[in-house]
Order: sequence, then structure tokens, then C-alpha cells
Amino acid sequence: MSSAEGPTSSSDYIVHHLQNLTYGQHPDGTWGIAQSAAEAKAMGFMAIHLDTMFWSVILGVVFLGLFRRVAKSATSDTPSGLQNFVESIVEFVDTQVRESFHGKNALIAPLALTLFVWVFLMNLMDLVPIDWIPGLATLMGIPYMKVVPTTDVNATMGMSIAVFLLMVYYSIKIKGFGGFFGELAFHPFEAKNPIVKAIFLPINLILEGVSLLAKPLSLGLRLFGNLYAGELIFILIALIGLYQLPLHFVWAGFHIIVIILQAFIFMMLTIVYLSLAHEDNH
Amino acid sequence: MNFNLTLIGQSIAMIVFVWFCMKYIWPPMIAALEERKQKVADGIAAGERGQHELELAQSRATELLKEARAQAAQIREQANQQAVHIKDQAKVDAVAERERQLTAAQAEIEQEASRTKEALRTQVAALAVAGAEQLLKREVNADAHQDLLDKLAAEI
Repeated sequence: MSSAEGPTSSSDYIVHHLQNLTYGQHPDGTWGIAQSAAEAKAMGFMAIHLDTMFWSVILGVVFLGLFRRVAKSATSDTPSGLQNFVESIVEFVDTQVRESFHGKNALIAPLALTLFVWVFLMNLMDLVPIDWIPGLATLMGIPYMKVVPTTDVNATMGMSIAVFLLMVYYSIKIKGFGGFFGELAFHPFEAKNPIVKAIFLPINLILEGVSLLAKPLSLGLRLFGNLYAGELIFILIALIGLYQLPLHFVWAGFHIIVIILQAFIFMMLTIVYLSLAHEDNH
Repeated sequence: MNFNLTLIGQSIAMIVFVWFCMKYIWPPMIAALEERKQKVADGIAAGERGQHELELAQSRATELLKEARAQAAQIREQANQQAVHIKDQAKVDAVAERERQLTAAQAEIEQEASRTKEALRTQVAALAVAGAEQLLKREVNADAHQDLLDKLAAEI
């Protein structure tokens, strides 16, 4: 459950598992790895979660390397096993994009594929028994190690912010700045009279602004919340001791569905949001 | 749950990954898929064409067979007719030949008979003269009785 030099009580165990490996500037001005949750908090914004970045980049490279290998040798003849597998994923994503995205943009499909597979792989790390990698890291002298990047709100919000920037970029590119602003300012309350229009303007801006900002927020927090909760339950199950195994397997079984579903939802919402950004129907 | 630079780091990582995917993974994969789709469509079209051609060839073969049968029947008919014709012709020829040979034989027989009659006539005349000579036992003038002898010979 916990190594000799690791935390001993249950709450320590939980806190330890939920703490990222943070590198940043200590309040006294020196740079280094935070040795406790309080130290990590004290670093503020100018810090980086080494474990989140490491695992997400490693998984991204694994995904891209695998798919690149297949893409390089992809033929239209009878596909081999791995090509078959990759093709089925590509075709699945392509179908989803074709059905949900009605604009013309070469970025959307690769974006959806990357998000789907990458998020899935990051979620998949949740199924690695929760003490294996952190335990190894502790033995190597690394104080914290959170192996599931999507249980770090920075990772999910980082991705959803990138999606949000794309939404804003394409909204302005397709509809022009005026069109984008009009979308925010003259809906949902519409009026012909300019004076009434002016009265409605702040209300509309608040309402539409909230709904615009809610999109990336909900996109990132949904993924984070699901995975964080799943991770927490794995930690709680691990606390039981010897009898954790049956429970662990049951929860892992459920969690397989959750991680696929969350990756799919993240991809679909990205497609839908970007599709909305491309549609000029107001 | 601290927000920090990881937020930006993750965004950058995502942008790089998406760019790589868009540049090096998506186009070849989709190209291969499209090409396969095209190949399959072509294959199905070719199969249908082949089927159609087979049907055409089959109907043509049936037609040819029917024609050949008709021709064979015609040829057989003609051959039969010709055989009958040849047989009739041969019969007619044979009859004519028989007639001809019969006539020739009869003519020859008649000639032979008349020649023999002539010879006999002459010999009978001589015999009659010789007989009369002996009968009369006297020299009878052959010249004086010539017309008598001729009359006798003619009567025989």
C-alpha cells in the first residue's frame, strides 16, 4: 500500500496520491521540486507539473509514433493487423466529423483524431494499478508521481483552452469580427428598434458571454471531474487492504467504459463547438 | 488543484501533436482509405461488367448453336435430296445402257443371221447344181439353166 518512507495514515496516502510533482520557484527565490502540497501551492502560477507533462507527452509520442508508422506504410491493399486497427479508428473519427461538422476545414478531423486517441491513452493510465508507478518513483527518490494526466485540471483545461482559442479564431475568420460580435450582442433578445437594441445589448453580452465561456469550462472540467473521481475511488479501494482486489476489478471494469466515453465526449464536443464556430446562421 | 504553467504546457503539447497528426498521419491514412474505397468500387463494377458480358456471351452462344443446328439440318436435307437424285439418275442411265446394249446385240444377231442365210443360200445353190448334175448324169449347161438355179436359190 505504501512504502516505508512514504506517508503512513490514510489521509496522508490520499493526499500523496493526489499531489502532482511540481517544479517551480519557492517563495524564497530558489527553484526546485516542491516536497509537499503546501510548498507546491506556495509556488503559484510559475510552476509546472512535471509528471503531467511527462506522461502526456510520452503518451502523445506513443500515439503519434504508432499512427505515423502505420501511415507511412499505409496501402490500399489488404491491410495488416495494426493497419486494420488504426484504420478503424481513423474511419470512426472521420465518420463522426463528417456527421457533425458541416464546414470545410482540414484541421477538424486530425484534431478530433488526436484528441480522441490522446485523451483515451491518458485516461487509460488510470487502469495501471495506482501504486506501481508512484511506488517506483518513491524508490527512485521522486516525492510525487501522478500518472494520469487527465486527473490534473491543468491538463484538461489546457486542452479545452486550446479548443476555445480555435473556436474564437474560426468564429472571427468565418464570420468576421462584426459577425462574431453580433452573435454575442444581439442574441437571444432581438429587436428592430435601435434604442431597444442598445438596451438589450449588455444583457445579451452577459448571457452569450457566459454561454461562450461555459463551453471550454465544461469541456475541460467534465473530463477532469470524471477522471479525478475515478482516480479517487481507485485510491479509496486501494485503502481497503487485502480485500481490495474484487472491488478493484469491478471498478476497473466500469472505468473502462468511462475512459472511452469521456475521450469520445471530449472529441465530439470539440467537433460540435468548432462546427458552431463555422456556422453563420444568425 | 493549482493552476500553473502546466496549463500552457499542455496547450502547446496539444497544438504540436495536432499539427503533427494533420501533417503526417491524417493525409496518408485518408488517402489509403479513399484509394481502397475506389478499388473496391472498381472491383464491384468490373464484376458486374463481367457478369453482363457472360450473359451476353451465353445468349450469343445459344443463338449460334441454334443456327448451327438449323444449318446442319439443311445440309442433311440437301444431301438426302442429292442422294435420291443420284440414285434416280443411275437408274435411268442403267436402263438406257441396257437398251443400247440390247439393240446392239440384236443388230449383230440379225447381221450374223442374214450373213449366214446368204452363205447357206450360196451353198444350197451349189449343192442343188451339184445334185442336178449328178441327177441328170449328163453335162448340163450351167449357163443355160442359170436363171432356173437363181430362182431355186431365191425360193430356199
